[in-house]
Amino acid sequence: MTVTRSTEVTFSLNGQQTTVAAGTTILEAAQETGVEIPTLCWASNLTPVNACRLCVVEMEGSRALVPACSRECEPNAVINTDSERVALSRKMVLEFLDTTNDLTQSSELQTLIELYGADASRYSDPVRSEDPVKVEDDLFVRAYDRCVLCYKCVEACGDDAQFTFAISMAGRGFETRVSTEFETPLPESACVYCGNCVGVCPTNALQFKAEFDLRQTPDWDPESQTSTDTICSYCGVGCTLEVHTQDNEIFKVTSPSDHSVTAGHLCVKGRFGWQYVQPPTRRPPTNH
Amino acid sequence: MPDLKFSDAVPDSDERAVVDALISTPPVEQRSERWVIGGRAREEECRHLLLPGLHALQDTMGWITPGGLGYLAERLQVPIAEAYGVATFYELFELEQPDTEGPLHHVCVDPVCAISNSASYIAELRTKGHRVHESPCLGQCERPPAAFVQIKHGASQDLAAATKTPIKVAEAEPSRLLKRIGEIECTDLETYRRHGGYEALHLAINKGGEHVIEQLKKSGLTGRGGAAFPTGVKWEAVAAKDALVKYVVANADESEPGTFKDRVIMESDPFALVEAMTIAGISAGCEKGWIYIRGEYTTAAERMGAALTDATAWNLLGTNILGSPYNFDIEIRRGAGAYICGEETSLFNSIEGFRGEPRSKPPYPTDSGLFGQPTIVNNPETFLNVLEILNNGVESYRSAGTTNSPGTKLFCLSGDVSEPGLYEAEFGITLRELLVRAGGVTGDLQAILLGGAAGSFADSRHLDIPLTFEDTKAEGLTLGSGAVMVFSSRVDLSAVLMRLAKFFRDESCGQCVPCRIGTVRQHELLIQIGNRKPTSDNDLLLEEIAAVMTDSSICGLGQTAASAVQSAVQLGLIGDKQS
Ligand SMILES: Cc1cc2nc3c(=O)[nH]c(=O)nc-3n(C[C@H](O)[C@H](O)[C@H](O)COP(=O)(O)O)c2cc1C
Ligand code: SF4
Ligand code: SF4
Ligand code: SF4
Ligand code: FES
Repeated sequence: MTVTRSTEVTFSLNGQQTTVAAGTTILEAAQETGVEIPTLCWASNLTPVNACRLCVVEMEGSRALVPACSRECEPNAVINTDSERVALSRKMVLEFLDTTNDLTQSSELQTLIELYGADASRYSDPVRSEDPVKVEDDLFVRAYDRCVLCYKCVEACGDDAQFTFAISMAGRGFETRVSTEFETPLPESACVYCGNCVGVCPTNALQFKAEFDLRQTPDWDPESQTSTDTICSYCGVGCTLEVHTQDNEIFKVTSPSDHSVTAGHLCVKGRFGWQYVQPPTRRPPTNH
Repeated sequence: MPDLKFSDAVPDSDERAVVDALISTPPVEQRSERWVIGGRAREEECRHLLLPGLHALQDTMGWITPGGLGYLAERLQVPIAEAYGVATFYELFELEQPDTEGPLHHVCVDPVCAISNSASYIAELRTKGHRVHESPCLGQCERPPAAFVQIKHGASQDLAAATKTPIKVAEAEPSRLLKRIGEIECTDLETYRRHGGYEALHLAINKGGEHVIEQLKKSGLTGRGGAAFPTGVKWEAVAAKDALVKYVVANADESEPGTFKDRVIMESDPFALVEAMTIAGISAGCEKGWIYIRGEYTTAAERMGAALTDATAWNLLGTNILGSPYNFDIEIRRGAGAYICGEETSLFNSIEGFRGEPRSKPPYPTDSGLFGQPTIVNNPETFLNVLEILNNGVESYRSAGTTNSPGTKLFCLSGDVSEPGLYEAEFGITLRELLVRAGGVTGDLQAILLGGAAGSFADSRHLDIPLTFEDTKAEGLTLGSGAVMVFSSRVDLSAVLMRLAKFFRDESCGQCVPCRIGTVRQHELLIQIGNRKPTSDNDLLLEEIAAVMTDSSICGLGQTAASAVQSAVQLGLIGDKQS
């Protein structure tokens, strides 16, 4: 017999008795025990918004499926993470996204589409999210036709990291979009170009201008790209940087989301101030 | 530097004036680069004024200008991008300058008005050069086609009240909830008192909250807003919380197509809602109440406002109500055109000045509701039942209806019946009897949409089912909000279905994938099927879209967005019935 203290919760996960600390989410419990649950809008460094519904699981006694990313484990709950009902829901979410957005630059979603057998061709002439790429500066571009409205950039710009609040969800329903006030271009908005929104975007809707430019050329070659860990040289905080390069040229800078100092977030200098590393002769200034 | 960057656009002096009139906290003062008095800490105190501020700007300029929005956001210390995000959530706010200054006519195109020629009314208005917005149900289904006119610099009007056609109210016994409505119109305190008003409040003050909650639990009263949750249990849960601040909220966002009962209650018996909310406050230890009224119900909002003023003047609201130790105040919030704001957690976000996106449950409102505090939220009809129970006792209350569905229910009859209107009936009445009371179906009955857009279709096979929570549930139907929309054989049901699907597509908040995209795909597929018989691929896809919306949506909107369509499929009402 298991003795359960109030600080612990025991429940059944896919038929396995599982004990976790009280307050643990189903997703965290699954991760601890090696059970895979797909996610899209969840990230370890952001507050769960449970909007994508990719992580839904079946909980006995609950009429609807529950989002694993935000639902806490409950004593004696019986949870099934891969029933037919769950698989159908996930397949449909993936089909919905695939009929709406350009997901070609998200390898995780491509894998899941394959895994769950999502088939976008079942829909005839579905209305898609169309939006010309916004190129407003030399630092990053916004290609909202890839945007799955996961809220991550809004959270990173707001009270999960940056506290700048330059962007918000606007509109309603299918017309919902990420926007500044009155669609003001970013340079005139409150944006401080920390790039934290770019860092959390799961679909590459937000991407470095350098990466965007490189992808426009025939030279884009993921195979030959490397990532080098280093420490930002600008200030005493000492953020860890992952410098992504192809042919010895930087196209993106990130920081690990589980890093104790940055939690994945940087400032404008660490994120975009790398030009001094590269001799100017090797990289002509970009004009647009 | 202040914490937030606002816009450089300059507000008009009128815009400044209306915003300043609303906000009593002084503007943020920047004494030097390093010394700012009042910054983002302000947001917490004032953000709930965002929605009233947006209304004020819209009314003043006829749209919400960058200068006006920027000024409002700065005064409230709400990030301007977020203020824009909130403003664009609502139908009644325009963020682009309209071509003309003339009024904007919102004309209902939902099923009941659609079969009553709203299309030709719209065409007529357009020919005359008016701006028209094809609106979802306006809650005036008993007098189609319904319209609501939004006017710059003036009080917008719901035409129903403007034309003053008296609402058809059932005379048949028992008249409990509607006893003051119809002939009497208790819009002044004197009349209300003469007809039994405020007796229940005296009783509640004398006997105390525990007694009230005990009575509610014994009465078996369940919520009339759609979910049928036991009211006594809800009040008890909030009463048990020892939070410093707790709230009572009346959910008068009434936007479920085919539903107009709460409008009639507020227009004709406003003090009853005030009294019942006060009793809730006393019973559960809440000192503040909010009434959230849908934006298009301007007459209801006016009359509720007048009732609050009168009640306060007579110490029926305020501190030490009638000499008792109890304090209670009520504030009105007007919605701005968003069906989803009737979902309780979405309603809280709307009041708080955020986008009306539903929150994830748990936590439930009784634990963490408005401003994160324990909150009682009920439908106006639910509140009215409380007065009945206290005034006449549990036994008398339970003498109507059935064991599991005691009491009476308001039914909103509309569409192809001789006398559309609001009817009160005991639970257990059948559809057949209800239709007889409404003068019968005009033409041959084809189908009835029961419970609103989120409900399901019934047809002649269902006429003898007792209308109780338990019996309808057993049949896969739902009473929902009490909407009964009747369609005779003259009606093209596939058009009705397409309109219902469009309704959900338009009203989805857009937060979660199953509903944001599922409602669009469902609508597209129905258009594609049109009047044909659906293929088996069509049926499978419709079913799978329904499954993910029902199973995985965050809130009740997505979870019920397929139910009417699915019920139509099951009854064989969809596609070419002749084949
Ligand atoms: C999309 C949606 C719209 C709703 N609209 C309303 C409404 O207009 N009025 C209402 O009372 N309840 C509405 N509800 C139900 C509320 O969430 C809530 O259950 C109700 O206000 C509780 O009050 P009751 O217990 O008195 O019914 C809605 C629910 C959903 C999911
Ligand atoms: S770069 Fe930083 S400030 Fe600008 S929108 Fe992204 S998160 Fe917000
Ligand atoms: S831009 Fe990227 S991070 Fe932002 S909501 Fe869209 S997909 Fe998510
Ligand atoms: S189900 Fe629809 S209305 Fe409800 S949260 Fe999801 S998108 Fe919004
Ligand atoms: S990951 Fe849980 S809802 Fe998106």
